[in-house]
Amino acid sequence: MTAVSFLEGGLEGGLQGGRSLPGDGLEWLKNRRDKGAERFGALGLPTPKLEGWKYTRLRPLDDTCYTPIKDGVGDAAVKDLPTVGDVAGRLVFVNGKLREDLSDVSNLPDGVRFGPLDELLENDPAWAEEHIGSVVQNDDQAMLALNDAMMDSGFVLHVRKGVVLTKPVEVVMVGGLTDDAVAYFPRNLIVIEPNAQATLVKHHVGRGVGAYFANAATEIDVADGAIFKNYKVQAESMQATHVSTVHARVGRDATYESFNLSMGGLLSRTEAVITLNGMGAHCGFNGAYMMRGNEHCDNTSYIDMAVPNTTCKQVYKGVLDDAARAVFQGKIHVARDAQKADGRMLNKTLLLSDDAEIDTKPELEIYADDVQCAHGATSGQLDQTALFYLRSRGIPEALARNMLVQSFLGDALDEITDEHVREVFMDRVVHWLPAHCYLAGEWKESA
Amino acid sequence: MLEIKDLHATVQGKEILKGVNLTVNPGEVHAIMGPNGSGKSTLSYVLAGRDGYEVTGGRIIYEGEDLTELDPEERAAKGIFLAFQYPVEIPGVPNSTFLNEAVNAVRRYRGEDELDKIQFVKMLRAKTKELNMSDEMLKRAVNVGFSGGEKKRNEVLQMAVLEPKLSILDETDSGLDIDALKIVSEGVNALRSPERSSLVITHYQRLLDYIVPDKVHVLAQGRIQKTGGKELALELEKNGYADFTGEEAA
Repeated sequence: MTAVSFLEGGLEGGLQGGRSLPGDGLEWLKNRRDKGAERFGALGLPTPKLEGWKYTRLRPLDDTCYTPIKDGVGDAAVKDLPTVGDVAGRLVFVNGKLREDLSDVSNLPDGVRFGPLDELLENDPAWAEEHIGSVVQNDDQAMLALNDAMMDSGFVLHVRKGVVLTKPVEVVMVGGLTDDAVAYFPRNLIVIEPNAQATLVKHHVGRGVGAYFANAATEIDVADGAIFKNYKVQAESMQATHVSTVHARVGRDATYESFNLSMGGLLSRTEAVITLNGMGAHCGFNGAYMMRGNEHCDNTSYIDMAVPNTTCKQVYKGVLDDAARAVFQGKIHVARDAQKADGRMLNKTLLLSDDAEIDTKPELEIYADDVQCAHGATSGQLDQTALFYLRSRGIPEALARNMLVQSFLGDALDEITDEHVREVFMDRVVHWLPAHCYLAGEWKESA
Repeated sequence: MLEIKDLHATVQGKEILKGVNLTVNPGEVHAIMGPNGSGKSTLSYVLAGRDGYEVTGGRIIYEGEDLTELDPEERAAKGIFLAFQYPVEIPGVPNSTFLNEAVNAVRRYRGEDELDKIQFVKMLRAKTKELNMSDEMLKRAVNVGFSGGEKKRNEVLQMAVLEPKLSILDETDSGLDIDALKIVSEGVNALRSPERSSLVITHYQRLLDYIVPDKVHVLAQGRIQKTGGKELALELEKNGYADFTGEEAA
């Protein structure tokens, strides 16, 4: 129906080409897919003419045709997968396909549903119908429409009223290891009911040398009084294109905390729309990005403080080396009657090379008159005086540079309230740095 | 220990040091005094090897070796220490981690075994006790939120831990009240020994009441203009630097 050059068979290829999609028999889902295909056909791939895509072009889709995943693409042997350790449940997907042999959800507490999307569509289609599409609002996001059309994988996390998960749940998404360039379209659904609490750690890992394109959409509903912590490490391969669209709704006195550690991927874009729509809602929306080579990383967010007495704090810091490029676009919107809103946004980037580039656009759009809001953005190079200070104490230059990079990213990582996850993430930062061998052990012990 | 011969140095193309000659023997403390802009800080940076401070002529001989081509970390490993006029804040790096990295980096360079955690902590505790410093200052990030006095005391702690042969104190007295000045001076004096030397750079005479120098040099217009004993400092305090700058006394 719709001609799409970057997908083998276009948008209809999956359905007509004998590819079976989760929930094929569900009428409402078929309607959603059809609508998505139609909408994407009308919108087309985003181009730099769109304000929100001014600095990011989906170049890898220009010259590569990706094959939507079929059975068998997830069978490759994988090992040494990242983990935060002791978790309540763990799902591993390889190229979008659940790997039961590597997953474990046998010890989930009562009141917690954590599993793949297809299982949900099969076992509880009514609940799925109620929730898929319940948080997303706008239909002007082409990549979301594409996900609607193609959704073929993903997971659900559902925590019932008052249930407190004491350990995190973990999702590992491995990409690559296929002969053809593949595309997959995870649709994730997270529902944290009133006064429930949960922590999710998501690892994206790239393996092998093959190209892949992941276009995910995630809906998150953090109901009244609930707390949800959403931590992500994006360590995709140098051939990966990673696009993620997130919509979250945060209820009265609820807290949504997000940290996005982007440390790999040829092209990555995370676009989040967060609505604080209950009084006392709080959102901590933070991240760090570390890119080198020709990598391009885009973090775009829109935080809507829709009602009075909400707070949000956003800290994004990044380090760019070689010819890497990053984009930060953040907008905090305060609605007309959303008095006493407290919104803070900060973006800082360290450029380690003359060829690295950051485009940053922090924005506040305020319609209420009794608010406290601030934003700031800086970019710069390593502080030469600080570098000299460390070296003058005998610390070799490479190590001194690492210490300063860690020091720089430190206050973004400090926003991670889960102490253990913070340590694991700091360790990932340390291992991204050159000559990390000097430091890793000592650092953790005394920090 | 240290022999500076006809040292010329430029910063951003501008010549600041115009032929400095200076000899410091083991165990000696020399004071370098001079007006603002005379090249005092430049001399300290050139000795410590800061990028951008280019030696264009002359030599710096330290323990028989020409220093001018060495990186700052190599100089540190060889026993040169610069106490900064404005110590740098490094958020997120605990003071103890910083000291530990520094000590072990220097030991690695010298081919000595690194100190393990227990040895290091034991050594550090002893030093902080000598300097009347709290353990709490070790846990905090390097110099972050430190008062002016605490920062200078932290410099002295680093010095005590690294046990340099040649310490260069760049205006360590600036911004210190009299109590802090006493504590810092005691720290410096505690390190005095027949093998160790110090170069104390200062604008004012009062620091030299506490750290009594063997020699006092006046640095002005990029050269040592006069050398004398400790009484020269008192003379300068009375008469100012006008004799050396060609300007009227303020």
